[in-house]
Amino acid sequence: MLHYPYIPNSNEAVRKEMLDFIGAKSVEEIYSFIPDEVRMKKPLNLPEAFTSEVTLKRHVDGILNQDSTCDENISFLGAGCYNHYVPAICDEINGRSEFLTAYSGDTYADHGKLQAFFEFTSMMGELLNMDVVSFPTYDGGQAASTAIMMSHRINKCTTALVPETMNPNLRSQLDCYCGGMKLVSIKSRKDGQLDLSDLKNKLSGDVACVFIQNPAFLGFFEEQCEEIGKLAHSVGAEYIVYADPSSLGVAAAPADYGADIACGDIQPLGIHMSYGGGLGGYLATRQEEQYVMNYPHHLYSIFENSKGQFGYARALPERTSYYVREKAVEYLGTCVGLWAVTAAVYLALMGPDGMKELGENILYKSNYAQKKLSGIKTITFPHKNSHSFMEFVVNFDGLGKTVAEINKELLKHHIFGGYDLSRQMPSMGQSMLVCVTEKTELSEIDAFVEALKKIL
Amino acid sequence: MSDPKLRNFHEAQWDEPIIFEQSVPGSRSMLIPDVSKEAAPVTGEVSGLMPESLKRSKKPALPELGQPQVLRHYLRLSQETIGQDINIDIGLGTCTMKYSPKINEQFVRSPKFAEMHPYQDDDTAQGILKLIYDFEQIMKEISGLDAVSFQAGGGGQGIYANAAVLKKYFEDRGEADKRTQIITTILSHPLNSAAPATKGFEVISLYPDENGYPSLENLKAVVSEKTAGIFITNPEDTGVFNPIIRQFVDVVHEAGGLCVCDMADYNGLFGLVRAKELGADMCHFNLHKAFASPHACMGPGCAAQCVSAELEKYLPRPRVRFDGTRYYTDYEDRDSVGKIRQFHGALSAVIRAYSWVMSLGTEGLKAVGETAILNNNYMMKRVLNEVRGITMSWAEEAPNRLEQVRYSFETMLKETGVSAEHVNRHMLDFGFQRFFPSHHPLIVPEPYTPEPTESYSKADIDEYIAALKKISEEAYSTPEVVLTAPHNGPISVLENDHIETVDQLAVTWRSYKKQHGKA
Repeated sequence: MLHYPYIPNSNEAVRKEMLDFIGAKSVEEIYSFIPDEVRMKKPLNLPEAFTSEVTLKRHVDGILNQDSTCDENISFLGAGCYNHYVPAICDEINGRSEFLTAYSGDTYADHGKLQAFFEFTSMMGELLNMDVVSFPTYDGGQAASTAIMMSHRINKCTTALVPETMNPNLRSQLDCYCGGMKLVSIKSRKDGQLDLSDLKNKLSGDVACVFIQNPAFLGFFEEQCEEIGKLAHSVGAEYIVYADPSSLGVAAAPADYGADIACGDIQPLGIHMSYGGGLGGYLATRQEEQYVMNYPHHLYSIFENSKGQFGYARALPERTSYYVREKAVEYLGTCVGLWAVTAAVYLALMGPDGMKELGENILYKSNYAQKKLSGIKTITFPHKNSHSFMEFVVNFDGLGKTVAEINKELLKHHIFGGYDLSRQMPSMGQSMLVCVTEKTELSEIDAFVEALKKIL
Repeated sequence: MSDPKLRNFHEAQWDEPIIFEQSVPGSRSMLIPDVSKEAAPVTGEVSGLMPESLKRSKKPALPELGQPQVLRHYLRLSQETIGQDINIDIGLGTCTMKYSPKINEQFVRSPKFAEMHPYQDDDTAQGILKLIYDFEQIMKEISGLDAVSFQAGGGGQGIYANAAVLKKYFEDRGEADKRTQIITTILSHPLNSAAPATKGFEVISLYPDENGYPSLENLKAVVSEKTAGIFITNPEDTGVFNPIIRQFVDVVHEAGGLCVCDMADYNGLFGLVRAKELGADMCHFNLHKAFASPHACMGPGCAAQCVSAELEKYLPRPRVRFDGTRYYTDYEDRDSVGKIRQFHGALSAVIRAYSWVMSLGTEGLKAVGETAILNNNYMMKRVLNEVRGITMSWAEEAPNRLEQVRYSFETMLKETGVSAEHVNRHMLDFGFQRFFPSHHPLIVPEPYTPEPTESYSKADIDEYIAALKKISEEAYSTPEVVLTAPHNGPISVLENDHIETVDQLAVTWRSYKKQHGKA
């Protein structure tokens, strides 16, 4: 056998010593009880291995170096994954071996991990103005799915009202997950705001929840959010708000305008985009039995021992599928614990003033970008009468070029244009969803405008 | 054989206050550029850019600290955490705690991956698309199945994704109303019950017979025209391999159901057994377990969902395709279950798993499986012969094990009053992470399920066994030492670590303060 660096007992002398102890001539003799009918008949046909680290690194770098990143270009892509700045300390902490390679150890051996989890939920609780925040789940879509199913379990109703202009990928995830629920779309007004008369028409005694995104998927703030909540409550429905945490330094917490359940994605909180892999979902509610007992997630509660030390343990664990299997409200598995640690570090670094400055920086830039782009007479802003946060829609209808063609030409200027909405939302025509963040320079916005002028 | 010397270990005990308690109002550790001077002349003041109804009236009560203080705080918390990298993590069986090569961290932390947006033009993402595509080909070979998706973000979501495909398959055949039942085994991971139940299936759990796995008769008794499929792990979490798995699969297939394998306990089977030979129509592998992506405080992980050609069209979208010259993202989703997770999934695990497989190749993967079996069988013989108070489940009827074993401390509890949980807490005092007892329900009393993967040397295993022996000796001579453990952890025993009612819950500092009159 070759020496494999990751397999210390590939050492032949050691193997012989161990086999002698066991009393077997070979490992094959140990597993001789595996029936022939389930054994492979020939060896795996895999590519030749790069057994030394130096050649392995050259190989994998060679693949990844073919890519051209948002750091190497000017990116205006968002639509569910955001190019925020990641503070160095976030990477420093989540790269620590202790956190990176820990798993499900608990109260004692992983006390520090549990304290970091508790601080994550605690800081999210302050941002959201809610007392219960879950251990994070796979992504915002999973959190939204559970929020909707939670509302169904609370009031037994089976209709969920969702905006027709919500994130189509999120909608696809809800369609897959929310079995037995009828998802009904609420129309939007021309300025993007939810059409309250359509909402009123669709309210009934069977509405489990009214779900909105705020800021909306198309970038603007849903300004009637308080009224929407009152309408939901008028029929006994739960009011669910999917909120971007990076907006909450300047925007009101969903609970402050009546939300019963808040959910969303924590990727903006110090986690790299990683081609969409850096997502994580949060879910938060008031501390009431009807909500708490409907969380499928771990809930780490704080306790104090007789020495005055704080410690943490999974609370009410018999809710979860680990304990009661199919009788649990939903399944629960390995999700994104490392992102809880990372988001905790992020929020601790930002503090209240950092979150406010972040929101203000983004507000300035998205509005700056729209003002500058509005100098191009031929393009339009369908939602210009609404207030945008980080993203906004630009429409190119009637210009003889598709967004796909425009984005191809922008690429020649090393610019990643906004997300092409025409694929998933054809009713929007040739529109792109432009995203700016605190990483976007005003000069980069100017360069975008100039490039578009040339292209159009 | 003489035992190695045990460590005089003490985990860091920083008595680190909750971060809110360290807040000094006005302190800052991250500044964001003020662009008002350049932007405001164009946009107007920021106060006019928000609708009045949505302005935040009160700043969030986040802690305020300087940057060195934030760094130090979380470094201290990291030192009060025991990752696989710094301990002999044999204890956490069923979790396949193996070495996560550091070179792979360089790849996923490189801006060449970390700063990629999922909606970039495919022409700018040929590298990552190629890697996804190539690893799909590798996983097809390793599973023996025909198509792969990496969208599921963990083992549970992988099982869920397979349940979603199963449901869609029967919907397409017009049988969804009839095929409502899933069969699994009570010793499979609980998510083989819970995830199909979340998808709306009724779940039937088979109990083991005297051989440690369910009998064929018990299976036949529950299979019917209502059977949609069987979700099965082999070997199960006990380490017992079901030798009549093919007959199980045949019975389910004959009844029109499909077979879904949870490969969570696969580490011993590399190069030996595949999903295909087991007769599976679908399976999933946890890339954060057998494929060496780190467990990361419980994720992000990734499940490689592998399916037969007949089921390929139902896989989540998008898929990655190759037209002979160019890789591209295929969003067409007419038959798909839709989205399980946003975008392509947690690809950091895919990159690490790809690199891990490419470092080993065919022979290396076989060495992984064989060494996992060797290590476990070495440990098993020593534990059963040398550690007083430990027994193995189904030891006489099914004496063979592959990569892990479910032991029992029942004898020790009866003879000394020391339980598995007491032993578990005391392991920390010798520098070892907590061990995994068992999933629920506890079919084996006082359970203990270690898994000495291929990452551990003989010396590592010997040291681990020496600690077990020491604790056993203490249980029989000075049990109070074990009963009051841990002694050398970050905190002393938490006498009360459970609550009865929801109003006692405190998962946030604000909730805790309200309950203790500090708000």
